[in-house]
Amino acid sequence: MTQMTGARMVVEALKEQGVDTVFGYPGGAVLPIYDEIFQQNEIRHILVRHEQGAVHAAEGYARSTGKPGVVLVTSGPGATNAVTGLTDALMDSIPIVCLTGQVPTFMIGSDAFQEADTVGITRPCTKMNWLVKETDNLSGTIHEAFHIATSGRPGPVLIDVPKDVQFATGTYTNKPKVSKSHYQPRVKGDPDIITALVEAMETAERPVFYTGGGVINSGPAANQLLRELVEATGFPITSTLMGLGSYPANGDKWLGMLGMHGLYEANLAMHGCDLMINIGARFDDRITGRIADFSPGSRKAHIDIDPSSINKVIHADFPIVGDVGHVLEDLLRIWKSRGRKTNSAAVKQWWAQIEEWKKTRCLDYKPSETTIKPQYALERLEALTKDHNRYICTEVGQHQMWAAQFLGFNDPNRWMTSGGLGTMGYGTPASIGVQIAHPDALVINVAGEASWLMNMQEMGTAVQYRLPVKQFILNNERLGMVRQWQELLHGERYSHSWSEALPDFVKLAEAFGAKGILCTDPKDLDDAIMEMLNYDGPVIFDCLVEKHENCFPMIPSGKAHNEMLLGEADTQGAIQSGGAVLV
Amino acid sequence: MSPLNIEQGSSSHSAYDLRSHMSDVVEVHTLAILVENEPGVLARVIGLFSGRGYNIESLTVAEVDHTGRRSRITIVTSGTPQVIHQIKMQLERMVPVHEVADLTVEGPHVSRELALIKVFAKGESRVESLRIAEIFRANVVDSTLESFIFEMTGTPEKIDAFADLMRPLGEVRMARTGVAAMARGL
Repeated sequence: MTQMTGARMVVEALKEQGVDTVFGYPGGAVLPIYDEIFQQNEIRHILVRHEQGAVHAAEGYARSTGKPGVVLVTSGPGATNAVTGLTDALMDSIPIVCLTGQVPTFMIGSDAFQEADTVGITRPCTKMNWLVKETDNLSGTIHEAFHIATSGRPGPVLIDVPKDVQFATGTYTNKPKVSKSHYQPRVKGDPDIITALVEAMETAERPVFYTGGGVINSGPAANQLLRELVEATGFPITSTLMGLGSYPANGDKWLGMLGMHGLYEANLAMHGCDLMINIGARFDDRITGRIADFSPGSRKAHIDIDPSSINKVIHADFPIVGDVGHVLEDLLRIWKSRGRKTNSAAVKQWWAQIEEWKKTRCLDYKPSETTIKPQYALERLEALTKDHNRYICTEVGQHQMWAAQFLGFNDPNRWMTSGGLGTMGYGTPASIGVQIAHPDALVINVAGEASWLMNMQEMGTAVQYRLPVKQFILNNERLGMVRQWQELLHGERYSHSWSEALPDFVKLAEAFGAKGILCTDPKDLDDAIMEMLNYDGPVIFDCLVEKHENCFPMIPSGKAHNEMLLGEADTQGAIQSGGAVLV
Repeated sequence: MSPLNIEQGSSSHSAYDLRSHMSDVVEVHTLAILVENEPGVLARVIGLFSGRGYNIESLTVAEVDHTGRRSRITIVTSGTPQVIHQIKMQLERMVPVHEVADLTVEGPHVSRELALIKVFAKGESRVESLRIAEIFRANVVDSTLESFIFEMTGTPEKIDAFADLMRPLGEVRMARTGVAAMARGL
């Protein structure tokens, strides 16, 4: 029955949860907690420059380590600034524990200075949140918060701690050895349905694995099991943006990413398969295209830990609620015990068809000797960094899709991108979180200049903590993806998609105390990238690329997988008004 | 419940789908939701409905277990079978939600609503309102020379029928609790 102040409890509970890093920003309502942080050395606090950056940095930390990310911000604006990050983490199922200060309990509701209804504002953008009104309940709530953030489908949770609760003394509750929470999501899949799926796999003529972020969230064992399953069955595999790396990009069963800007062969395999095995993905609208024509001839298995994901968008013939790792273990065991059967003759034919599709070479682009094509920049970045211990973050837009297409990920947790929410400004703080977790690794944020400007203040954080993050900006002086849609959908009326008055990124880097590199000529690109890699410190790499390059292939909104646009020649009249209403 | 028993909705719709060709029949379902009685839990449940565009036809909530701090929320909602199924799944994954029962599909259930119905009537109409109240087993709980307040319990349809009969007799004002419902037997 240890007595201590609420502020001390916060630090103790974080230590007990194994937290080594907190991303935060102080303010009036969290001063007692900051005072406790000052008086200890076990937890490292990283001072960001904006609370949104704190959450994205914690996301980068969480995605690259598999551990929950921890955020500490003040009341009012501190909490509201964190909302975008929390929503991002909710959409991408990233475990985040966010602690917010609150005005003292006796002032709540009085419109006090820096008061906001934080639990009210964050209720729809967290998995769960709490306002703690008694110091006695604080440590127990923090332990429960970690349990909820990390179990089942992971997500962000928030604990709002009024200042008087931080000052008051109460009884510390230790982390329970076994969680007593009633929240205990089911992890084992139904063996009958798994067996039914195995039977379908044994006879399938055109099977495909379609994997997502759930495989990565399930942990290293799930990724190993997936690789074993793919190699043993010989079935082709594609993945969502969120799942890149769970199966290696250099594996011979790999079809590349699927979806709106996915590869031709991956999308046609999805369209033409007779058995689709969805492992930890959620049939997002970027993946399915027009629902009515989504993979019309297939039976579909859906493995997901979140029962509400199953049958939400696409009917599942084999609905398996459970953790990917547990389900794959059972699936492999049952498949092996039944004699490791596949319809290998038919699958061989299926592969022959896929090889035909691959001949389309859907990622080909028109090279240039005078202008840096963004695809070329990423090809060179890939060639020069693929052997490094490398982590890639991105912002959101064309550069993000090109990065997904042209960079290869052979391991999970190496690819940090805002998938569900599509948050411009995600990449810079995320790269900081990744670098904090992996100080010796090469961390690159592939960015567009417009996205990058949204959270560029975090360069200050990078310089302060000597984080050698590489900001690789594909600068087309445009909001490239917006511009592409305006070209295809809005009669080439480029409304406000042009970045006028951009800063000089080299001078900007120098102003922050970082290194700036400008590259404008494809002939200089390799040397410039090497200069970036060889510099021991943060770099802003301003890569001036072709301004009007469009990102292909593309499934226009409202179209099916077999209606892809492969290049400029396909775009005439490709999107009708019906598609324009979709996003 | 085995996932094999999940009712299979149409694959062509999602709960988010805003397209107009929702051809499936809209059904009315009564959901009984057992929740942790903690601050904000009702806001959480209602927020799910408004945030995802689901309908609430009626809603009641009260603590039903004072020692265990559990409340039961009874929601009458409408939607296609797939939307109803999705509502149930979304409710079940909320942390403070212990149990969700779709009483409409889980077998026979009893649903009751309490209503206070004030009728302004004079003369023969006033007498007639009392006669009808007797037939409907409504109790008079307040009276002035120009009005009665009737209290009645029953299904929403019964209360609607009673109010419809009262309207020709005089001005009707009403306060209703919304449906409380429970499955029959075990």
